[in-house]
Amino acid sequence: MKTVHVRYFAAFRDATGRSEETIASAAETLAELFGERVAAHTALHPEAAARVALNDTLVDWESAFSDGDEVLFFPPVAGG
Amino acid sequence: MSFSITDTPIDLPAIRAALEHHGCGAAVFFEGRVRDHNEGEAVDRLEYEVYRPLAQSEGEKILAEAAERWSIERSVCIHREGRLELGELAIVVGVVSAHRDEAFQAARYIIDEAKVRLPIWKKEHYRSGEAHWVNCQRCGAHAHAHSG
Repeated sequence: MKTVHVRYFAAFRDATGRSEETIASAAETLAELFGERVAAHTALHPEAAARVALNDTLVDWESAFSDGDEVLFFPPVAGG
Repeated sequence: MSFSITDTPIDLPAIRAALEHHGCGAAVFFEGRVRDHNEGEAVDRLEYEVYRPLAQSEGEKILAEAAERWSIERSVCIHREGRLELGELAIVVGVVSAHRDEAFQAARYIIDEAKVRLPIWKKEHYRSGEAHWVNCQRCGAHAHAHSG
């Protein structure tokens, strides 16, 4: 199990009712980690255009993560 | 090149001053303003949430890419954060170059990339009293279900 710090933004924060949480995860990839969070928070849904960042760097959903990492879940962006 | 996020109104004259350059015959500015409607809904105001650390680095990357692709002299991009009223400036892009083609193309590239790459989220507050995060299909469905 790895312990990671997860942060939620905008619609994801509204859906989970929190801006961050520290969790223990058995997931291998960030996609699997998000899947675990969807299972834990009933109002959280996958979004096709969602992005993920690992320690302030945008990465692929299939990326692995390490114990102590900070994971940022971004819902679809809408700047401008 | 200068990219920034601000939680106070965008100072257009300051941007124009920063882009004064006697070697440039062309200055192109894009103003993104808060519109009073979207997809059939009357919009009252907006709220922008920004994840600043990544917005800053990604914004600087976009300006660097534009400078690499087109022969431009200077560029500025400023995006607002927080609550905005109708008509307010949400984003301003300014580019100066010797000739107009480069300035037009670079400015177009910067605004297009900014909209899809910056970690910025827009919440529309409607006259009906409802509010939705833009571009978030299933989150919107959820919000409807609970505001019913």
